[in-house]
Amino acid sequence: MEREVILSVKDLNVKFSLRGQVLHAIRGISLDLYKGESLAIVGESGSGKSVFTKNFIGLLDKNGWVDSGEIIYNGMDLAKFKTEKEWVKIRGKEVAMVMQDPMTSLNPLKTVGWQIEEALRLHQDLSGEAARKKAIEILSDVGIQEPERRYKQYPHEFSGGMRQRVVIAIAMACNPKILICDEPTTALDVTIQAQILDLIRELQKKYQLTTIYITHDLGVVANVADRIAVMYAGDIVEIGTCDEVFYQPQHPYTWALLSSLPQLGIKGEDLYSIKGTPPNLFNKVRGDAFAPRNPKALKIDFLHRPPYFEVSPTHKARTWLLDPRAPKVEPPASLKNIRKIRGAKLIEDGGEE
Amino acid sequence: MENNNREVLLSVKDLEVTFGSKRKPFKAVKGVSFDIYKGETFGLVGESGSGKTTIGRAIIRINPTSAGEVIFKGEKINGKISRELDKRVTQQIQMIFQDPMASLNERAKVDYIVSEGLMNVQKDLTKEQREAKVSKALSEVGLLPEFASRFPHEFSGGQRQRIGIARSLIMEPEFIIADEPISALDVSIRAQVLNLLSALQKERGLTYLFIAHDLSVMRFITDRIAVIHKGVIVELAETEKLFAHPLHPYTRALLSAIPMPDPISEKQKKLETYDPSMHDYSVDKPVWTEIEEGHFIMGNEKELAEYRERLKD
Repeated sequence: MEREVILSVKDLNVKFSLRGQVLHAIRGISLDLYKGESLAIVGESGSGKSVFTKNFIGLLDKNGWVDSGEIIYNGMDLAKFKTEKEWVKIRGKEVAMVMQDPMTSLNPLKTVGWQIEEALRLHQDLSGEAARKKAIEILSDVGIQEPERRYKQYPHEFSGGMRQRVVIAIAMACNPKILICDEPTTALDVTIQAQILDLIRELQKKYQLTTIYITHDLGVVANVADRIAVMYAGDIVEIGTCDEVFYQPQHPYTWALLSSLPQLGIKGEDLYSIKGTPPNLFNKVRGDAFAPRNPKALKIDFLHRPPYFEVSPTHKARTWLLDPRAPKVEPPASLKNIRKIRGAKLIEDGGEE
Repeated sequence: MENNNREVLLSVKDLEVTFGSKRKPFKAVKGVSFDIYKGETFGLVGESGSGKTTIGRAIIRINPTSAGEVIFKGEKINGKISRELDKRVTQQIQMIFQDPMASLNERAKVDYIVSEGLMNVQKDLTKEQREAKVSKALSEVGLLPEFASRFPHEFSGGQRQRIGIARSLIMEPEFIIADEPISALDVSIRAQVLNLLSALQKERGLTYLFIAHDLSVMRFITDRIAVIHKGVIVELAETEKLFAHPLHPYTRALLSAIPMPDPISEKQKKLETYDPSMHDYSVDKPVWTEIEEGHFIMGNEKELAEYRERLKD
């Protein structure tokens, strides 16, 4: 299946200088993003998932830089962009971002309508009545009732879920090709979370958007992602289709992430938890970065960094376990619960393929 | 489980909490009643603004109640109480807060944060005794005793939450109110904190009131769950019963929204939405009814008949 690649990252290395030390935040990531797909990037805090995607929109903090590698979009190498002038062409129009916390990403002093129009003014040269019309249209597009009345209101008059819809409206204002959602639902209630995920999915279908979800919770992406990339210590350790990652995870870190989900826990027993802390990226990482926290790590894991092993054309993982010479290590038993937790009814109905 | 024979530790009866001025009162909690048995984990679920935190805060006497009773070990603890009882309640009921970034005093060392409560109730404690207690509490939550001389900003989110837990443990409470203790944490850290809480419960026979909006976590940790909507408890049952036979439409909506780490069933799932206007309570008023043993629900005669039908299937 040949699919059009919309954005291509090649061996990207990002470093930060912090208190005189150099932190190697992204350690050689290569990734092709296909047009119209939704990719979920999953990892713990500090794994570099936000830093990685901030490179696509020129929002890297001032003390960070692209050390090597390319980010090809539309024939341009985003990694070479230096000035704001260059980025303005990409930001908003081509790539837009929805931030985590709708409480802090809106300006409390401006009306919601003004904030959406701002994007239209800057990027589409709309003003006055035309901009107003468009803003109201976008508001109703993201599922806000009575958009004319809401247009004149301030963020504090909106609930958390509604505010997140406004943030999405601003991101969608300039018809971006790629929408990056950085933990879009972490600050929201479960019922609202489901609604927002639904909304993003609808918009994606309607406008053939390419979306990137960033999250630490594997539980929420099963419904929204076509592909899942698992990040650990500045590297993608496993990438595959949604089904592949959930049903045939290969990397021990993916196992650990999945088995620590409370949905899979058995009452009265301890929930699996990952011991230790992620590696300090100020130091050079040797071997498999997850090895020190992996109770079943092999000797080679501490010595050499594993290459990617292909499981299927769409599924690859960076773990020595996939090497033909490696001993057979079984994934934790609790992962079998993924299939079990599905309601018995579903299986009776022939939900099984 | 025979509920009749179990000892009730805390009983809440027709609790009401009102905010705002006399002229424009707002009832955040309306006529809430439930019992919490000794040694169990009781869950309170609802979305933001439902009043779940307010109930927790009313029990621990942060928010004053405007009507109803809170009875702890047979004694009424809300409203005006004697100083002696107040002191006892302060020691026996403790709280763990949601956001470990905001709930620790940034300017105090861990030593002080953990022992502050102790200094208020056990004034005759010597410095050595206090330090011994602090290091014991820290090691019980899996932190090193050396951490006592550090400041909160030196710790990660998970470690801070452990400090919060140590702070409540040092008082040797019987009852702990955990208000969304894990929602601000990463998935992997969540598991650690959940395990710690259940280990402590086994060791010390603690009773928890666990407040959260996320039913998937609740299923794992609680024995019984009360679902609260707009200040009213709409359904209360043993956890497994609630998951097997959710009756109230709001409970069903909450359950349908739980994200599952399973792509196939996620893609087939139907979200149920809850619209309070679906209830016609104009003539037939809803009553709090025990529909089967240990399973309570809010509904009027017509709805209760429907719910009973559904239970038969």
